[in-house]
Amino acid sequence: MKAPYWQDWERRKRDLAEELESHLRMAVADRMARGESYEEARREAMKEFGNVPLVADVTRERWGWLRMEGLAQDLRYALRTLGRERGFTAVAVLILALGIGANVVVFSVVHTILLRPLPFVDADRLVWIAPPDSGHNLSGSTYSADAYEDLRAMNRSYTDVTGYYAFSSPDNLKVTGAGDPKPVTDISVAGNFFQMLGVTPELGRGFNAEEQRNGGVVLVTHAYWKRYLGADPAIIGKAITLNNKPIPVVGVLPESFDFGAVFQPGLKVDMFDPQKMEDIRYQGNTLTLIGRLKPGVTLEQARTEATELFPKFYWQKKQPLSLGAYKDAALPIWLKEYVSGALRRSLTVLWGAVGMILLIVCVNLSNLMLARAATRTKEFALRVSLGAGRGRLMRQLITESLVLSGAGSLLGLGMAYGATAWLSQQGSIALPLMSSVGVDETVLGWTVLIALVVGVVLGLAPAWRLTGTNLQESLKESGPGTSHGRRHERVRSALVIAEVALACALIVGAGLLLRSFLAVMEIDLGFKPSHAAAISIETPNTIQSIETFKAFLQEVQSRVAALPGVEAVGISDNLPLLRNRGWGGPTAKGKPIDPKHGHGAFVYIITPGYIEAMGMRLRGRDFAWSDDDHHELAIILNQKAASELWPGEDAVGRMAVLQGLDVRVIGVIEDVHESNVEGKIGWQMYLPAMTKQWGAADLSLVVRSKQPVSSLTTSVLQTLRTVNPGQPATEFRTLEDVVNHATSPRRFFAILVGIFAALGLILASLGIYGVISYGVTQQTQEIGIRMALGATRERVQAGVLGKTLRMALVGMGAGVVVSYGMAREIRSLLYGTQPTDLATFAGMLVLLTMVALLAGYLPARRASRIDPMTALRNL
Amino acid sequence: MALGSGYQNRIELLQGTLDMLILKTLQWGEQHGYGISQAIRAGSGEVLQVETGSLYPALHRLERQGWVSSEWKKSDSNQRAKFYKISALGKEQLARDYERWGRMVASIEGIMTARRGAV
Repeated sequence: MKAPYWQDWERRKRDLAEELESHLRMAVADRMARGESYEEARREAMKEFGNVPLVADVTRERWGWLRMEGLAQDLRYALRTLGRERGFTAVAVLILALGIGANVVVFSVVHTILLRPLPFVDADRLVWIAPPDSGHNLSGSTYSADAYEDLRAMNRSYTDVTGYYAFSSPDNLKVTGAGDPKPVTDISVAGNFFQMLGVTPELGRGFNAEEQRNGGVVLVTHAYWKRYLGADPAIIGKAITLNNKPIPVVGVLPESFDFGAVFQPGLKVDMFDPQKMEDIRYQGNTLTLIGRLKPGVTLEQARTEATELFPKFYWQKKQPLSLGAYKDAALPIWLKEYVSGALRRSLTVLWGAVGMILLIVCVNLSNLMLARAATRTKEFALRVSLGAGRGRLMRQLITESLVLSGAGSLLGLGMAYGATAWLSQQGSIALPLMSSVGVDETVLGWTVLIALVVGVVLGLAPAWRLTGTNLQESLKESGPGTSHGRRHERVRSALVIAEVALACALIVGAGLLLRSFLAVMEIDLGFKPSHAAAISIETPNTIQSIETFKAFLQEVQSRVAALPGVEAVGISDNLPLLRNRGWGGPTAKGKPIDPKHGHGAFVYIITPGYIEAMGMRLRGRDFAWSDDDHHELAIILNQKAASELWPGEDAVGRMAVLQGLDVRVIGVIEDVHESNVEGKIGWQMYLPAMTKQWGAADLSLVVRSKQPVSSLTTSVLQTLRTVNPGQPATEFRTLEDVVNHATSPRRFFAILVGIFAALGLILASLGIYGVISYGVTQQTQEIGIRMALGATRERVQAGVLGKTLRMALVGMGAGVVVSYGMAREIRSLLYGTQPTDLATFAGMLVLLTMVALLAGYLPARRASRIDPMTALRNL
Repeated sequence: MALGSGYQNRIELLQGTLDMLILKTLQWGEQHGYGISQAIRAGSGEVLQVETGSLYPALHRLERQGWVSSEWKKSDSNQRAKFYKISALGKEQLARDYERWGRMVASIEGIMTARRGAV
């Protein structure tokens, strides 16, 4: 309300007071003119005039815009009424809080992931450049340093192109110098990375031109600076010792910059260094590409340019034959689409689910409000007869429901605050941007909108009902058992049926997603995640030759294997589902090479024992420590690579060619899900770590043991320290944890939709209970008469239960139709589950029937206990 | 509004009657609230006494409906008072009210004077 309104209101109030005062003065003056004394005249005039404030009050009511005073009055009245009915109010507010809270939480997630722009300058101009349909498979979406440099030089679409080294593993560096070495995660980025994204360091500066070319400095994250550098404001220029080399810190990144949240959900990065392109020039595809479109350039134009430009790039300029390696291998998509596009459907479904919850909440509360309105008919009839207008009554009812929805929203908002704060701390959920989920202004605005809409909708139902009936009749009507009550009950039944139908859809949706999740958990990953854990190990810097490296590996493995409880142990430089790395794959020796079939393969450089420790299934033999430089080069392939290289033949014992070298296939393992749980599997090859040919870095030790990981940590770490005192204090990560992280988005959605379905079920059963119970109360006398006339308790009970079931069945009938439509919509989210999954639908029907029977049973029992005599006496 | 004889004999006037009386009073010239009540009382031979609790709400409603307008002025006795003035719309309304009143009186009269009614 604007201030002038108040001023005007006050002015008019004074004006009226003056008008009434002038009336009195004139009356007194007239009386005195007739000869009365002033006192007498005043007294008589006052008596004649009546109660001045009352007159002022009733006059003001005629102004018709009593809004402010009326609102305050409505509010007072609403609070008093709701305060009297504490039970009703508590239930209503709680139900509303659950419904609205769920909506606020989901909205804040949707807002963060889908609606809000990425936390970069002009983020809507940023594109992700990768081969079509490469998704989040980084191995399939990286380019060589040569291709990156050519793109930067030759393109006309971008103001600049940047990228980052895609294959840095967590804890890839260690901070040494002070106490135990501590692992840190460093990502190497193209020198212009931060400049191009528009991220300015909060302290210090970005990489200068020389550093962009040659590296050798770091930018640390805000979190790392606070936690490990003591938030030292003078940190700039100081060096931290990384892998025994002092590296100067040039700047601290702002708190708002979270690399993992955008590019690799769940990854916590500590620092960034400029990638020296020379270092990776011969490593193949290692760089992701991000471009910023020039103003006016459309995505379509950038795509057209990409199809012309990318065939001109080399995989490696040193190999002229690699020209054209990127033909058809680049399709720019919006960066936002890359980050959250795959989640759009899931989130939309989630949003739909909470929307349904809100609908159910509204239906349920409308029912409660209607039931309450029925008992208040007389109150309202009385107020109408005393002069209250219908508009006024309606306003009163809507005020009441607004107070309810307001209270529910406040409580719901509180719940949402808690829930989002918790969610933002869940690093284990591999959803992008989750760390920035929270209740902000937009979310608050959404909450207010919901509260208003819910409030008005809730108020309208009883208002429509109260004002749509003849209140004079209501005054006379004795209430229960009349035809009017019946009609009213039909409306409530219809609402409950709608509620049941919505609950059906929710339960079916949750059931399908849950079954999909279970199906995903059933997927044979090609390794056994249970009872195994991995820890990253550090190579001592004293190692100079492949022989000492081999000795180190052997010593670590034999010492750890000797620990009590350890069943198998092995070392690899790569673990499934964690990190991607693609090399050019092997070819079959002696077979003509299909130039189009140049195939990339995932690489694992491993020690003997790794395959067993992972629980992988092997045909042929595992590597032996003797598979070193002094013996024939050996390779183990996965089933897919083996069968495509030697279709219809056994690959074990064949000779393959890898990077121009002959390698003997000594074994074939069953396919391992290397980069995701649900997706397709590519070629994989396993190479021995004991050869200088392949080289291994960032090693992980995999230990299989029946003992809990926590009991192993100390002894394993101690063992590692005896072999290499420089071993940082890393922690074990169970393979189950790795798998859980990979499946966490699906789990997250399944659990949330499951919670919403449970909520919907509870609300629907409350709705059924409410209507049946109310019906029994209304028919107490009728039931009493029937029992007096000989109806048995069983019959009465069966009657009530039958009514409940009829209502539930109609609801379920409608629900099956709704669910079917809904299930088809979420088809793409399902895994190994049909949208028409019989078990889910049947389970939903059984569950709802049981819940309906339970909801009907309580009132039915009450009905059968009605004492005919008491009921009749009260007639 | 009540008959002068007192509270216990109070008879509710039919809706709109007071409006009609006020508009009629104002047809003779602009007047303040006290003046209107005095005029009605005098005009009815001291029978009708308009209660302030009915008069002022009615005046403010009439003003809101645009049938009268108001203005602060000095009265004859040099007192500041709010004067009401009938508008063109108000005059039309008065004509309608009076016509309806006439029909009502006639019909009630018809009932009251009938020897045998169907009532």
